[in-house]
Amino acid sequence: MSHPIQAAEFLQDQAKSKWHDETLWFVRDKRDKISKSVPEWENLRDLASLIKDNVLANLGSYLEEFEKNAKANNIHVHWAKDAEEHNRIVLGILQEKRCKAIVKSKSILTEECHLNPYLEKNGIEVVDTDLGERIVQFLNQAPSHIVLPAIHLKKRDISEIFHEKLHTEKGNEDPDYLTHAARINLREKFLSSKVAITGVNFGVAETGEFVVCTNEGNADMGVHLADVHIACMGIEKIIPKRAHLGVFLRLLARSATGQSVTNYTSHFRSPSPGKEIHIVLVDNGRTAQLARPKFKNSLKCIRCGACMNTCPIYRRSGGFSYESTVPGPIGSILSPGIDLQKHSSLPFASTLCGSCTDICPVKINIHEQLYEWRQEITKAQPDRAKSLAMKIANGVFAVPFAYNLSGNLMRGALKILPDSITYSGLNTWGKQRDLPELPKESFKDWYKKNRK
Amino acid sequence: MSSRDLILSKIKAGPLEAKNLPTIPEFEFEGDLKARFIASIQANKGEVISKEEFLKLLASGVFEKVYSHIEDFSSFTNIKITEDAHQLNDLNLAIIRGQFGVAENGAIWLEDQDMGLRALPFITEHLVIVLDSAHLVANMHQAYDRIGLQESGFGLFIAGPSKTADIEQSLVIGAHGAKSLRVVVI
Repeated sequence: MSHPIQAAEFLQDQAKSKWHDETLWFVRDKRDKISKSVPEWENLRDLASLIKDNVLANLGSYLEEFEKNAKANNIHVHWAKDAEEHNRIVLGILQEKRCKAIVKSKSILTEECHLNPYLEKNGIEVVDTDLGERIVQFLNQAPSHIVLPAIHLKKRDISEIFHEKLHTEKGNEDPDYLTHAARINLREKFLSSKVAITGVNFGVAETGEFVVCTNEGNADMGVHLADVHIACMGIEKIIPKRAHLGVFLRLLARSATGQSVTNYTSHFRSPSPGKEIHIVLVDNGRTAQLARPKFKNSLKCIRCGACMNTCPIYRRSGGFSYESTVPGPIGSILSPGIDLQKHSSLPFASTLCGSCTDICPVKINIHEQLYEWRQEITKAQPDRAKSLAMKIANGVFAVPFAYNLSGNLMRGALKILPDSITYSGLNTWGKQRDLPELPKESFKDWYKKNRK
Repeated sequence: MSSRDLILSKIKAGPLEAKNLPTIPEFEFEGDLKARFIASIQANKGEVISKEEFLKLLASGVFEKVYSHIEDFSSFTNIKITEDAHQLNDLNLAIIRGQFGVAENGAIWLEDQDMGLRALPFITEHLVIVLDSAHLVANMHQAYDRIGLQESGFGLFIAGPSKTADIEQSLVIGAHGAKSLRVVVI
């Protein structure tokens, strides 16, 4: 289904969609306030962007350096060309360890690879341990935001599902109470899992270490109690040097949630005695994106989610309307690279206002890439739905007489058209909008009268 | 061809232009390091207390099972520490020493030797980090300068207690890890 249809569904519940819009704007506002408290903020964005330029220009050699150093630190390094191979590698490790149940902290990559259903099909219980991810997992949903997975839900919804799954009191919607119930339930899972999976925020070529950021401490609870840690990492997450973490960590949490740093920033360099660390380096379309000069900058993304929080379309349409693992503006330039047919409506889910570009901590030119994808898609699919209206418009604008006539007709028609037509389902722009007050005459008529 | 070689060859086949790494300048920091550090910890929902206040808290007996990883408070340790972190599930208080703190965000750097077991600062119900007020840096650049290329198998910045806002953006302290962080600045 296309984005506009999904978005319309989200907007059915007006109170909830208004809350969604305002809450994400509140997060954006927190980001603004904290970024202004760092005088060198713009320098940091420039530095981050330049470091990522260097990464994309030397990705192969940095990956080789990372692999060499990680191996020297007793980390097992695996390479996966696509999602299927990634899933097979993870399953292989679990089978070798005779592991039937795992805990997993937030990893957008494993969502992208659809690891959970694959493991479940193979008889392995997967428990997502980030609270937001646990909530959506109970509901058989995907995260609707990469940083705030359950932002589409109200506490009433969460109270209901916790009552069903964790036997909390019916109707108790207190966030403290509900979080505590999840803590007790997940504690058992942490204590009993032999293997823990995490994502990766940054991999450092110079040291072979990787960094994972959380506020809940769930990644660490999982891996330090397990015998085996599997870390799944997209190949673009490499940075050259440890010193570069200073730049990215100053930007990441401030951009994501308006906090100065996540409460836990863990650097994994080698396993504890008697334990194992595996890292799976995943391509899954990234090398193809790297080969597209217009779109390769999208690989600079550090997954802060700021472009979602600021986007007027995302805020008013919800993460699910994008039907892609990474929703919002950045997802709309990443996903068409993976499946152009499926995601062809996404680059149009934007006003091209450029707010995403202004806010991006690594200065990805998101709105320009959205515009570029529109050109590509129009070339690839000349009969997109908008084309009929565009053809009429083309005809009208091409002939001066038709333009003048249509202007007069419209000024007349808009006055007398009943709202039932203006705001009917046929007119997409009538939704959520009021028409402006109309001038009595066109500018051209006014000019003729007054500037003789 | 292995997937490794396939991925590397696809990367190298692309049009790559040389891009140099930028130099990270020294960013100036204005204000008092300690005051800023304390404000940062508080913003992260941690607490900063004096040694006297902490001793009083310890003496009050609110913490049943205590483990101190540092000499200063080892007389308060009343559990046997084993190699198996699972045994720490009912630990009420862990006391460790931080190497240094970062003023701009309250992050405190720890390595394997500072924790003993990596799970310790997470699995304990409450956490106390002792920090020397002379060991403060201004920002994360200075922090990584100070860390250099040390080779601890695990390195960790802790900046506050375990927290979440996943239910309607309401902040809740004590998600999975320590329900409180107190920093004893000496």
